[in-house]
Amino acid sequence: MNNWLTICNITDIAPNTGVCAKVGEKQVAIFFHKRTDALYAISNYDPIGKANVLSRGIIGSIGDQLCVASPLYKQHFDLQTGTCLEDPSVHIDVYKVRQNSGLVQIHQ
Amino acid sequence: MKKQRILVVGNGMVGNKLIDNLIQADHHAVDIMTFSGEPRLAYDRVHLTSYLTGSSAQDLALVDADYYQQHQVHFSLNDKVTQIDPLAQTVTTESGRVESYNKLVLATGSYPFVPPISGNDQEHCHVYRTLEDLDAIERSSQQSGVGVVIGGGLLGLEAANAIQNLGLETHVVEFAPRLMAVQLDQEGGDLLRRKIEAMGVKVHTQKATTEIVAGETLRYRMNFNDGSHLETDMIVFSAGIRPQDELARAAGITVGERGGIEINQYCQTNHANIYAIGECALWQQQIFGLVAPGYQMAKVAAQHILSPEQATSFNGADMSTKLKLLGVDVASIGEVHGKTEGALSYTYKDDITQVYKRLIVSSDKKKIVGAVLVGDAQAYSNLLQIRQNDMPLPDNPSVLILPNLVNDDSAAIGVEALPDKAMICSCFDVSKAAIKQAVISGCVNMSDLKASTNASTGCGGCSALAKQVLDSELAKLGVEVNNHLCEHFAYSRQELSDLIRVQKIKTFEALLTRYGKGHGCEVCKPTVGSILASFWNDYILQQEHLELQDTNDLYLGNMQKDGTYSVVPRIPAGEITPERLIVLGEVARDFNLYSKITGGQRIDLFGAQLNDLPAIWQRLVDAGFETGHAYGKSLRTVKSCVGSAWCRYGVQDSMGCAIDLENRYKGLRSPHKLKFAVSGCTRECAEAQSKDIGVIATDKGWNLFICGNGGMRPRHADLFATDLDTTTLIRYIDRLLMFYIRTADRLQRTSVWLENLDGGIDYLKDVIIDDKLGLGAELEQAMVDSISKYQCEWKTTLESPEKRQRFHHFINSSERDDGVQFIEIRHQKSPAPKGNTLEIDKPVTA
Repeated sequence: MNNWLTICNITDIAPNTGVCAKVGEKQVAIFFHKRTDALYAISNYDPIGKANVLSRGIIGSIGDQLCVASPLYKQHFDLQTGTCLEDPSVHIDVYKVRQNSGLVQIHQ
Repeated sequence: MKKQRILVVGNGMVGNKLIDNLIQADHHAVDIMTFSGEPRLAYDRVHLTSYLTGSSAQDLALVDADYYQQHQVHFSLNDKVTQIDPLAQTVTTESGRVESYNKLVLATGSYPFVPPISGNDQEHCHVYRTLEDLDAIERSSQQSGVGVVIGGGLLGLEAANAIQNLGLETHVVEFAPRLMAVQLDQEGGDLLRRKIEAMGVKVHTQKATTEIVAGETLRYRMNFNDGSHLETDMIVFSAGIRPQDELARAAGITVGERGGIEINQYCQTNHANIYAIGECALWQQQIFGLVAPGYQMAKVAAQHILSPEQATSFNGADMSTKLKLLGVDVASIGEVHGKTEGALSYTYKDDITQVYKRLIVSSDKKKIVGAVLVGDAQAYSNLLQIRQNDMPLPDNPSVLILPNLVNDDSAAIGVEALPDKAMICSCFDVSKAAIKQAVISGCVNMSDLKASTNASTGCGGCSALAKQVLDSELAKLGVEVNNHLCEHFAYSRQELSDLIRVQKIKTFEALLTRYGKGHGCEVCKPTVGSILASFWNDYILQQEHLELQDTNDLYLGNMQKDGTYSVVPRIPAGEITPERLIVLGEVARDFNLYSKITGGQRIDLFGAQLNDLPAIWQRLVDAGFETGHAYGKSLRTVKSCVGSAWCRYGVQDSMGCAIDLENRYKGLRSPHKLKFAVSGCTRECAEAQSKDIGVIATDKGWNLFICGNGGMRPRHADLFATDLDTTTLIRYIDRLLMFYIRTADRLQRTSVWLENLDGGIDYLKDVIIDDKLGLGAELEQAMVDSISKYQCEWKTTLESPEKRQRFHHFINSSERDDGVQFIEIRHQKSPAPKGNTLEIDKPVTA
């Protein structure tokens, strides 16, 4: 069954930044890491700052881990696992995301 | 135990220091009272001259009444002690007050010596010691064109500097054959003279004044013993000091033949419970007219009063000095007049750059006897440490004063070689051991060190040495003094800024490829974004720069705790027409924004959702507003008073100046935010002395203050230059800001930057005012380039449909963030407490 939901064109996301997608009732932060040509999707909700803002964070690497820094209080969340680097007991949801013929799609 | 009652006669720098030492040691053991003949508590006499160039009496104050009251120190001002009764152990004051003591400390200081010349007591004859003296000199100067200082010593030259600053034609008359006869040799004195004369001060040596009579062309004529004369309107006597020992003498306390209260190694007089400290005290036939030995005596006496068995002793003090006189670096160490038998000397003389250095060593070339440095005093700390700690000299001691041409360190002693007891900061008595201890307790930079030990916060002469000791101790502890920006760049911010500027790098991608590794992070990206913007000033939301922008820059607004943004249009210097004020009100009402007036004299509108930002800003831009950069590490506001336009006291147009400054530097990206203020008179209503750049009007122009800060760690700004015309003011600010942008660390405010700058404010003056590095023109050009590329980021954004598109919460829906909820507080909206979903606010769709 094909339940990939198309969100936008890949060109709609500025290189190495994020956007927020509405997926059902959920808010999903999608990041386009141009340097590795990869997409990542995690929950947009920052459980520490308690606001829907993670898509507006700066992404980068700590060692080999790709992560986003929350724009509120700068905690890092691993883009692949959703784990908070400063407090590993905090996790956020991660989603499957892909590029398909220039379209960004989220698996529901 | 019953408290000891301690009376301190005299509340000058040294008297206050003793009280402070007692309080710090054990204020429960003592009951302290102090008397001052002056109308105020202790103030900083070392920096007295700054009183005439903008510092207030309050700035110079070393203590305030609150501090004394808090520690139960009683004090009595304007009431001199006139009598001591050592048997009854009481003192009596001018007003008849009698107080008894267990211990009495005489810190009566000294008085200026006025030579017994007929006519020396006329209206416009002054001395130079107290704030009242300076007030009198300033009043006199307003009715004078020419001023003479009698005495070419250290203090005399200070006084000459002061009266020259007051706009008078200035002369110095000295009895000896050279200036600073005590500290300098003939050749050093001659060079100092040439330098000072080049600055417009006329020097007359070997002149003894015989009388002061009415002048023919000016107010007075001074007749000299060689038959010549000099006419002047005002005279300042600065011919040395005499210990204030009358009180002691009258009470039968032993004084020296030529004055001074005799003391032993614990600063006790011939009465064991009466101490004398500072300039009134005579130790082994010597008077110490500097503050550092006075502080040492205060420390010794305080210890002896509290616990005699543990007291250290006063063993004399080094009278070496280093200072800047009329802009000339001068230093003197040890004995320089050839009184040491067999001493040899090395001399370095450069007539082109006007430098003179002489190093005097013992006959076996093993020890430093003395040194004279004029025009370049960098070798001072090095030489002083070698002498004080009896360290071995290099094989060829001349390297110690030769210019360091090849930048090798062979002449430097290396701070590791210093013994623990080596005194690094003599103003605050901070030894190398104390710095070591501070480092062990967690100090990692100069700011920490200053805060925890006070080192380098007095005269500042030791700052370079203190920094070396700090760095070496950090290195020893294995604290890696690593200034790398982050794991992606093995460079400091300053190095990256140089690379970007010199290599003309225009994007983060290019910099990362050439000089970095990994993918960058939230530390290096905004830092590089800021540097790129400082030098090239592209539109910050250009596609390739987007990933670098911090939260606030990214959407040109300040993100609040709930993810909404604030809107702050620029209102230069807080001046706004009623029409624009109405527009702000209408926009706030129509978009239901919480409104508040900021400390920077503008208006902050809160609670805007991403979707609404373009519509809000369209209304503001249409009404003529520009972005206020409240979101940027850049110029925020230039605060101002109304100045001479409206105010009865204003002496310059502070509004006009503030508006010009704000428009000139708006949009300038810098290592951290920048705040300015301009005050129209010395009442300083705009609080300019707490800003990065503070400008205060004088009747002749503008005084420039720099590197102040409010906030968490307040720092009083330093006076940088005085009575500037507007062109020079702007030139200095251009240079200063660009130099800060190039050399500061990431997120380092100007205050901390200055505190960590090697050489401190003097070095900064060399670079900015004297253009020592020859960077002036380049810095100015860099500023002009940046200014020429200014754009209102909001205007540019609104003109591009593509950029506007970014201002949606969802990429795939025009809905808003339903997580944002408001409640009403005091008739305005406010973020709902987290987790509360009460909806009171009705969003307005634009």
